[in-house]
Amino acid sequence: MTVKMINLTIDGKKIGVPEGTTLLEAAKLEKVKIPTLCYHDDLCIAGNCRVCVVEVEGWRVLPAACATPAMEGMVVYTNSPLVRRARRDILALLVSEHSTQCTTCYRSTNCELQELAAEYNIDNEIYINLIKDKHFTIDRTSWAIEKDETKCIRCQRCVRTCAELQKVNALDVIHKGANMKIATFFDTVMSEVVCTNCGQCINRCPTGALTERRYIDEIWDALGDPEKHVIVQTAPAVRVALGEVLGFEPGVRVTGKMATALKHLGFDSVLDTDFAADLTIMEEGHELLDRLKRKLVDKEDVSLPLMTSCSPGWIKFIEHMYPDHLGHLSTCKSPQQMFGAIAKTYYAERKGLDPKNIVNVSVMPCSAKKYEANRIEMNDSGFQDVDLVCTTRELGHMIRQSGVDFKEIPEAKFDPFMGDSTGAAVIFGATGGVMEAALRTAYEVVTGREVPFDGLNITPVRGMDGIREAKVKLENVLPEWSFLEGVELRVAIAHGLTNATQIMDDVAIGNSPYHFIEIMACPGGCIGGGGQPIPTNAEIRRKRAEAIYTEDEKMVIRKSHQNPEVIQLYKEFLGKPLGEKSHHLLHTKYVRRERV
Amino acid sequence: MAKRKLKRVDLIFSQDCSCKDILTAALKKSREEIIQELIDSGLKGRGGAGFPTGLKWKMAAAEKGNRKYVICNADEGEPGTFKDREILDRVALKVLGGMALCAYVIDAREGYIYLRYEYRFLIPKLEKMIETFHKWMDEFDLDFRVKLFIGGGAYVCGEETSLIESMEGKRGEPRNKPPYPTNQGYLGKPTVVNNVETLVYTMMIMRIGAEEFKAMGIEGSSGSKLFSVSGDTHKAGIYEIEMGMTLEDFVKEFGDGDTKAVQVGGASGFCVPRKRFKETTIGFQGGLKGFSLPTGGSMMIFNSSRSMYNVLHNYLEFFEEESCGQCTPCRVGCQQLLKGIEAIKRGEKSHRYLNDLMRLSETMKLTAKCGLGQSVANSFASIVENFREEMIY
Repeated sequence: MTVKMINLTIDGKKIGVPEGTTLLEAAKLEKVKIPTLCYHDDLCIAGNCRVCVVEVEGWRVLPAACATPAMEGMVVYTNSPLVRRARRDILALLVSEHSTQCTTCYRSTNCELQELAAEYNIDNEIYINLIKDKHFTIDRTSWAIEKDETKCIRCQRCVRTCAELQKVNALDVIHKGANMKIATFFDTVMSEVVCTNCGQCINRCPTGALTERRYIDEIWDALGDPEKHVIVQTAPAVRVALGEVLGFEPGVRVTGKMATALKHLGFDSVLDTDFAADLTIMEEGHELLDRLKRKLVDKEDVSLPLMTSCSPGWIKFIEHMYPDHLGHLSTCKSPQQMFGAIAKTYYAERKGLDPKNIVNVSVMPCSAKKYEANRIEMNDSGFQDVDLVCTTRELGHMIRQSGVDFKEIPEAKFDPFMGDSTGAAVIFGATGGVMEAALRTAYEVVTGREVPFDGLNITPVRGMDGIREAKVKLENVLPEWSFLEGVELRVAIAHGLTNATQIMDDVAIGNSPYHFIEIMACPGGCIGGGGQPIPTNAEIRRKRAEAIYTEDEKMVIRKSHQNPEVIQLYKEFLGKPLGEKSHHLLHTKYVRRERV
Repeated sequence: MAKRKLKRVDLIFSQDCSCKDILTAALKKSREEIIQELIDSGLKGRGGAGFPTGLKWKMAAAEKGNRKYVICNADEGEPGTFKDREILDRVALKVLGGMALCAYVIDAREGYIYLRYEYRFLIPKLEKMIETFHKWMDEFDLDFRVKLFIGGGAYVCGEETSLIESMEGKRGEPRNKPPYPTNQGYLGKPTVVNNVETLVYTMMIMRIGAEEFKAMGIEGSSGSKLFSVSGDTHKAGIYEIEMGMTLEDFVKEFGDGDTKAVQVGGASGFCVPRKRFKETTIGFQGGLKGFSLPTGGSMMIFNSSRSMYNVLHNYLEFFEEESCGQCTPCRVGCQQLLKGIEAIKRGEKSHRYLNDLMRLSETMKLTAKCGLGQSVANSFASIVENFREEMIY
């Protein structure tokens, strides 16, 4: 079918666009940027901020460019006096209901309202300040997300994110008119609702209304305390995104610079979550093989498919939404928590440190990790396993505060001893990465051979499709795995919780054809996490994912079971995967939660 | 402009005809004939916006697909109107008849009456009427059923796309247009949303014919209309009058001799001061010269004892609360207008601030997402322009 072309005139220039193109898109094709606030690439059109209004000849009103399709013969002006005046008025209105304390705002210089208000030179004295008469609150109850009503401009991007991308609906619109605001169910505090802490709303908030709860000061305090031994671990997705908040383009790998900067900040030991990711693969891979054995050989009633448990947003989601199916979750802790537990036991022992003096800091692309670290289950070392979690964005702030010239500093390596990692670990940062890492190891354990994919790159599990699946046939297996001979291992990957529900609905009715499923709460996996630099869109996430896979290819060792430090850890401390110590330190339980 | 006296009409509430007979005759006509007759009659929507009814039906009829809906908008919420309540109370079968006509024309099988929350007392009566109506439908062999849907009590749900959203179980908020409901309405299917009174008039046109209907009223505003008269009058009530009367004639008939202003079209309408009564005609803007005002039928009369500041304040309080809150111009604009006139009255803002507020109301008119936000400027600008000193002192 050929696409019908629509002819129209934009700012005096005649153009043709395919039918269905909005005026906003049409202008973009002409390299004209129409300002927007409620519009976001990842979300459906709302058309409610009205900042993108344009003038159309013969029209009684100024339509919103984002919500108006190009029509034959239209004559559009994107920058007429009428349009400019209307835009200024609308921006001034938004400013009048917004707390304009930009100097103290965490999102200052990265705020879309601030940018537009400056661009249009908005005088915030034009209209009456509406904030002071309203009983707004700043909700700091959640471990992960802060919600500041005084900065909300009601664009509803967060609402659409929570509904469309995540199917959580923790945030919605309540009341109408002057009292209309974004709130949780019955305006309950954030810590008490279905919120999964994924932070996708933060990534799409144009202002500082939704931010991660910040631990920057606590981290500086720990670094300044001579009694404390402060360890930092950095998640794989941080190294491909941190550059964005420090002057680099999306997709630039800054692993070495990050290590240098962290040392400069004063951490006693700069280590890598990737080490724990390799450890996770050892445990989770063996858990999968163990469940398969119990099912196929012992005919036990075990829960299959096995589902990954690395993403704390996903964990809280399944606890709320599918509490009857928690048995499918791997009991493995996430890499962050494995790292924490090992650091305060094994690491402390070897380094001769008192674990009570160890402060575990982790830098995560994620806001849910803040919540995860504070779960009551996460105290297996005898202390809170991970003490302080900061996001990629917070680390960016700290580096700027420290005065380090990030662009110019040399590259360094992670410190030894829990700083070693493999390519399998680094791809944890992208959707499909855990699956690929697990397959690289599990296949080799079972067959003694490398996975049958060119250069270890299991391409079917990669990419950005919401749900992907793959099959790997196990043949000529080693004698102890003979029960798996001829078995076709079926796996699936989903990212974004809306996609997860599609998979989960099948699992819930016992209809899932898979053995192993990877689920990440955030679009794109951790590289698109709620703690990552703002803005985000499909293009940025693709670049970050590309960087992740490049990082993998550059690694000497690319299979988790070959990580020498992990091998050493098992030899010296844990014994074997799924062993008793592992069970105590590296595995966890889940909780049934209400759906409010 | 031709001088006209008020001409009373008795179509809507007349009992001298049987709905069933009208339907029997009408359903013998082809769809195209009915559409043409409605177009010829010049009937425009009686909810206030005045979209040509025949054209609306034609657009929905042209849509493909076998699931279409007819919705009767009985969410009568405009301050100062109370005609639809009376129609549903007294001649509900005429409304249902109009829905059946529409269903026949556009090929719909389901219809809904979206009843204002505050009109719940009508439910038992309407249910009984619907039962009778369904028996007729069986007799006519017309596969059409009507259900009641009770609104939640929001003014904005009188706006057709908000109404549809609320029927779908969502927040009652206007949609982006296009697409219009005749193209994608309830559940994404082609939908005709007509005001209660409009539906009755479609039946009346079937009875008296397009010619006779068009003979009433003036060019661009044919036929008659129900007016809800309230305020400083001894004759508050509902009156069916030919379109095209001048406000002067209206005030002569209904005013108390001391009329200072008439608010035509409710809070979202225009305020007309005494000096403009003569030149103001009630009707849709069309080929008419002079000042003509459309209305859903709300006519509020104010005499000289009334403070127009209080009147405007009351309207703005209403809008500040009834805005759905979705779009910026309406949500924040209404608050600013209200707070603005308060600040001027208290002397905290200079009277020149009224000019800023006038400009703001103009922006709201141009940029708000739906008719609610766009029409706030109507009452604001017309009151401020004509009673500026009352706003300041």
